[in-house]
Amino acid sequence: MSSDQKVLEVHDLSVHYFTPGGAVIAANEINLYVKAGEIVGLVGESGCGKTTVAMSILQMVSAPGRIVGGEVRIEGRDIVNLPERELRKIRWRKLALIPQGAMNSLNPVIKIKEQMEDAIIAHERTRGAALREKVLRLLNDVGLPERVYSMYPHELSGGMKQRVCIAMAVALNPAIIIADEPTSALDVVVQRVVAQTLLDVKSRLGVSMVMIGHDMGLQAQMVDRVAVMYAGNLMEVGPVESIFEQPYHPYTRLLIDAIPSTKQKKPLKVTEGLTHDLRNPPPGCCFQFRCPYVHDECRQKRPVLKEMGNDHYVACAQFN
Amino acid sequence: MTIEQPIISIQEATKIYGGGFLSTSNPIVALDRFSLDIFESQAKIITIAGESGSGKTTLANLVLGFIPASSGKIVYKGVDVSTMTRAQRRTYRKEVQAIFQDPYEVYNPFFRVSHIFSMIVRHFNLAKNRNDARALIEDALNVVGLRGSEILEKYPHQLSGGQRQRVMVARAYMLRPRLIVADEPVSAVDASLRAMILDIMLKLRDQHHISFLYITHDLSTAYQISDVMYVLFQGTTVERGSTGMIIENPRHPYVQQLIDSIPVPDPKVKWHTHISLPAEEVMRMKSSTGCRFYQRCTQHMDLCTRSFPPYTRIKDGHEVACYLYQPIAEPQQAG
Repeated sequence: MSSDQKVLEVHDLSVHYFTPGGAVIAANEINLYVKAGEIVGLVGESGCGKTTVAMSILQMVSAPGRIVGGEVRIEGRDIVNLPERELRKIRWRKLALIPQGAMNSLNPVIKIKEQMEDAIIAHERTRGAALREKVLRLLNDVGLPERVYSMYPHELSGGMKQRVCIAMAVALNPAIIIADEPTSALDVVVQRVVAQTLLDVKSRLGVSMVMIGHDMGLQAQMVDRVAVMYAGNLMEVGPVESIFEQPYHPYTRLLIDAIPSTKQKKPLKVTEGLTHDLRNPPPGCCFQFRCPYVHDECRQKRPVLKEMGNDHYVACAQFN
Repeated sequence: MTIEQPIISIQEATKIYGGGFLSTSNPIVALDRFSLDIFESQAKIITIAGESGSGKTTLANLVLGFIPASSGKIVYKGVDVSTMTRAQRRTYRKEVQAIFQDPYEVYNPFFRVSHIFSMIVRHFNLAKNRNDARALIEDALNVVGLRGSEILEKYPHQLSGGQRQRVMVARAYMLRPRLIVADEPVSAVDASLRAMILDIMLKLRDQHHISFLYITHDLSTAYQISDVMYVLFQGTTVERGSTGMIIENPRHPYVQQLIDSIPVPDPKVKWHTHISLPAEEVMRMKSSTGCRFYQRCTQHMDLCTRSFPPYTRIKDGHEVACYLYQPIAEPQQAG
């Protein structure tokens, strides 16, 4: 397998939520790819469509949402219009999810072993001692002791539950893992342990990941490429070093500036302006209401992603 | 009056869970002899920092009067909170408000946002009539940068995370409290909103003289906004003092580990060390006699298990509970 192989390709993906007040454009013509063994970070504020994109990759957009256009290719195969039966075969096996608030996604009345075995039984013929072995190995892979096997979720700490979810996600050796804010709501030391676990698992299994998050600091530590979203649109995509060194889009700069520092005290940067109503986006750039560099052109023409070199793309009129 | 009496004084507050008559497991000391004074004249943002299980939330619950202290006490304007009369308790409840971590869970999804406000207006008799009430609500919402017409008639699920949290701040502010216990108010909101909420906290401190007990695990935001900091580890205060001094020059090995774990927003500076935590039960092992960080400390000494390290003054307003900084070694026992 060449390392340039694209495990996941998203082409012109649009997702709308149909509400009585009009269609909410949660994702607008998103283009994204993930190469084998790569972690792509998807960042943006809440409500920008990160989770919608993740869910549409998994074909799990819930009503009233619907994918209205575009395709999602997993190892070259478009899965957008696959019937549910086919999708069930793909999910978990090819495409695993570490859900948002993963630690609350465990069933509180079922032991860890049963929850993990359940997922494996649904997709594989592994049974009996081999199954037990497999679960134990998975727990070991994420750095959890053997006794977790027969424990209930409430007996574990948040970080441990999160690691159980990581173990479950890698159980069937998927091609790609969608991690929706895998470390949010964990404290720093545990966050670091969980982040290390994810990186460990990634380098050992060579799995690709889409890591959704809003913590730019953590993204800097973990991902290979960053995709910045705002109000359903992709604003900037590029290698992480390049994004931090030379953020082109004003919104990306804002995100990087908003990281609180422990090196120096600086005044808080509060950004004025609200995001537009997603039901009816303004003509032109979607960031125009909050952009400090807005000018007439931005209000008329929507900028498209343009390559600035080195695989770094930006959608901003300044660079078009 | 020469010496100002603190408005709220936490005196050696201790909370022990379990270990009752029928209990077989060891009691857990969730908070160990925590002391803190909050003065009315100088509104301050006081950070209580630490990881989960460090006793931060126990402290919040004690201060809010949700749980009684096992020993020690919390004194509000000279009255012990646990022995308050009904009327006193009501004032206390008004003056000490709370904002919680999860702005999703504090709402009853069946009621409109306005319900939250009308409920407290009624409970505390804040307004005589509807118009007064409306004005009061509008004013509180304006402080946090919201407009009543935008959100009051909506249901909680129709608000964004940032709006939800700001509504909670507005609700707390409406009662004109002296202290707001903010339990992880920004850990569930994202970067651009985080600054907004922290800014509201600063505004409430500076313009409305409201103190905050800012409970967080995020030292970087604490550094940006708070005046004083207490770092807790398994219920004990390991380092306390001015926020700047602690963050810029952490002394306790635990605080050093915490600061080291904050992801550096620079892809070129990756974490170079690998940290691992000992097993949960080892970490939870009761070493009530010594330093609680002993199991995880890379610099532990035999001395550390003997008794809890006394506070060493590093500078004025910066104290650490660690034997590494004890000026004189403990006298060796003869023979």
